[in-house]
Amino acid sequence: MKDILLEVKNLHANINGKEILKGINLTIRPGEVHAIMGPNGSGKSTLSSVLAGNPTFTVTEGEVDFHGVDLLSLSPEDRSHEGLFLSFQYPVEIPGVSMVNFMRAAMNEKRKHFDQPALSASEFLKLMRQKREVVELDNKLASRSVNEGFSGGEKKRNEIFQMAMLEPRLSILDETDSGLDIDALRVVAGGVNKLKTADNATIVITHYQRLLDYIKPDFVHVLYKGRIVRTGGPELALELEEKGYDWIKQEIDNQ
Amino acid sequence: MAEISDKKNKEDLNNDIIGDVTSSEYKYGFVTDIDTDIIPKGLNEDVVRLISQKKGEPEWLLDFRLKAYQYWKTLEMPRWAHLDIPEIDYDAISYYAAPRKKEGPKSLDEVDPQLLETFNKLGIPLEEQKLFSGMAVDAVMDSVSVKTTHKEKLAEMGIVFCSFSEAVRDYPDLVKKYLGKVVSYRDNFFAALNSAVFSDGSFVYIPKGVRCPMELSTYFRINASGTGQFERTLIVADDDAYVSYLEGCTAPMRDENQLHAAIVEIIVEDRAEVKYSTVQNWYAGDKDGKGGVYNFVTKRGLCRGDYSKLSWTQVETGSAITWKYPSCVLAGEGSVGEFYSVAVTNNRQQADTGTKMIHTGRNSRSTIVSKGISAGHSQNAYRGLVKVAPDADGCRNYTQCDSLLLGSNCGAHTFPYVDVLNDTAVVEHEATTSKISEDQIFYCNQRGIPTEEAVGLIVNGYAKEVMNKLPMEFAVEAQKLLQVTLEGSVG
Repeated sequence: MKDILLEVKNLHANINGKEILKGINLTIRPGEVHAIMGPNGSGKSTLSSVLAGNPTFTVTEGEVDFHGVDLLSLSPEDRSHEGLFLSFQYPVEIPGVSMVNFMRAAMNEKRKHFDQPALSASEFLKLMRQKREVVELDNKLASRSVNEGFSGGEKKRNEIFQMAMLEPRLSILDETDSGLDIDALRVVAGGVNKLKTADNATIVITHYQRLLDYIKPDFVHVLYKGRIVRTGGPELALELEEKGYDWIKQEIDNQ
Repeated sequence: MAEISDKKNKEDLNNDIIGDVTSSEYKYGFVTDIDTDIIPKGLNEDVVRLISQKKGEPEWLLDFRLKAYQYWKTLEMPRWAHLDIPEIDYDAISYYAAPRKKEGPKSLDEVDPQLLETFNKLGIPLEEQKLFSGMAVDAVMDSVSVKTTHKEKLAEMGIVFCSFSEAVRDYPDLVKKYLGKVVSYRDNFFAALNSAVFSDGSFVYIPKGVRCPMELSTYFRINASGTGQFERTLIVADDDAYVSYLEGCTAPMRDENQLHAAIVEIIVEDRAEVKYSTVQNWYAGDKDGKGGVYNFVTKRGLCRGDYSKLSWTQVETGSAITWKYPSCVLAGEGSVGEFYSVAVTNNRQQADTGTKMIHTGRNSRSTIVSKGISAGHSQNAYRGLVKVAPDADGCRNYTQCDSLLLGSNCGAHTFPYVDVLNDTAVVEHEATTSKISEDQIFYCNQRGIPTEEAVGLIVNGYAKEVMNKLPMEFAVEAQKLLQVTLEGSVG
């Protein structure tokens, strides 16, 4: 039995008093890929936001252990430093701040957290060059302002590029496939696969089986009304693709 | 790759700043305990005569002062700005304070070590070998210039860079020719006050065809308590000359309000170019608005020559109250005026700042880029005038006026005046107002960047267009300053 990377126990969270997560339990080990699927409004994106520490949501109950660290007690930036990465569904634009500058700030904050000296400009630029290749991000994009004027596909590629730079232990991809054409999807998924190691893990949040053709999950979870109502292997995703969510909804609602 | 490495240094420095800045203290708030010659408080004709006498001035200059003083007495303080200015008791201020020269057989050029130490602490080493090699400095403490560096080297090229007092003594004809020609003592209340009691400042003359090989800079420091600072700067760029000039300013942290009323006059002849940059960091008062400098400044340049160019760049982060409109009179044919401004207000600060572009020359062009940033309970106003005279055919102006709000207790205001009397003019005005969104902050947080650093990054990104206009050494200082000024503004 391998060590546990992330253990979520009975996680409850609300927004403006409305409960969205109603007792999530989830265990993730290094090297695993977990897909979280579910109908609209089931709480998928809330789960990723809560794990990343988005202050819009309030955790009311539960615990999250992240490789021995109490995740919920950490600030969002410390969660990042400890190795949690969220690829946003809608990456924001930051006008006037170049990607180079932004990434350098991010990298050096992380290094500072671990008492490491800042990277020199040349070391940093070399690293940028290497990591850009993972998602075929061209030089021009890297010198532009963060996400400003990027197409949907470019934004998602840029997210995976940042993931490559920060080398997280756990990456959460929140509907990374939305708004991507098939070529962009292939590049993004290819990037994620290249970054996979025996020590890191990935949570893939998606509506569709399509992405899972490219990123093979070890486990598939179905989230419905704020709870994980079913867990299975890759075959569960295929079943959902074929039958939709209604049969699960009915089963749960009838209980 | 070449493209990136060009930018690399700036980016590099950028990031170092973000790493470096951890303290939100105003780090220039110390006082130097130095023996100072201060004249009694109050303003009357005798005080004006006393200042002139202390400086050993010629008769014509005393006349100029006295006329200005008589005129000032007839004026009321202007109230049109979007500022809440408390009553100022002009008789409660001392109008002259000078660090006393130590006794002893020292050469006149030798600067008191304590003053050197003060400027060292401010990051302005006055020993020439320690200075940035590309910069000459005139250091002004309270009412007098303490030292001007690199004077001899510049003199070899015919460039005059000295304190205003020295200029009056050594180049009286030049001073007489230009003093008050761009900003008359009748211009406004504070200009009249300054003309009556001004003490020192810098004088620059760049002869025909000379490109000044280094940045010229004046560093203003208020030290003595109960005083005001009233300096004058006069810059003349003769035909085909070029100079880049920078001004910096700081003051101790005190509970009292101190008055700073300066005048800057610039004359730009045929095809000459002057670039004037300011990093204004006077003490802004504490978070409840106690103390701080009142900054009432008249800055104007006359682009008298054909195809002359004047560019103002200002980063305004300090002062309790700022009232300042660096302007260009574009009289020469095809002359160019530019104004790039970042004005940051936090806590209880108030700023009413902008520019005037007066087009009287044919085909003259102007660009205005103003970036206001308001935080805390501050009020930040842009006020600008674009005027095109009836005979000035083919003029162009482009104005971009952006406001960024942090939090919901601050105010951003825009007062653009456009007065076009010639129908061939093309005048454009664009304005935006935005807020830093929680999504932007969270995005940065998720990538490991804490909120204060994130705000610094976002604000510097917003102000980048203006920051890029600053000379490199100062761009770094200014970026740091933006971040420090806004610390604690996001809760």
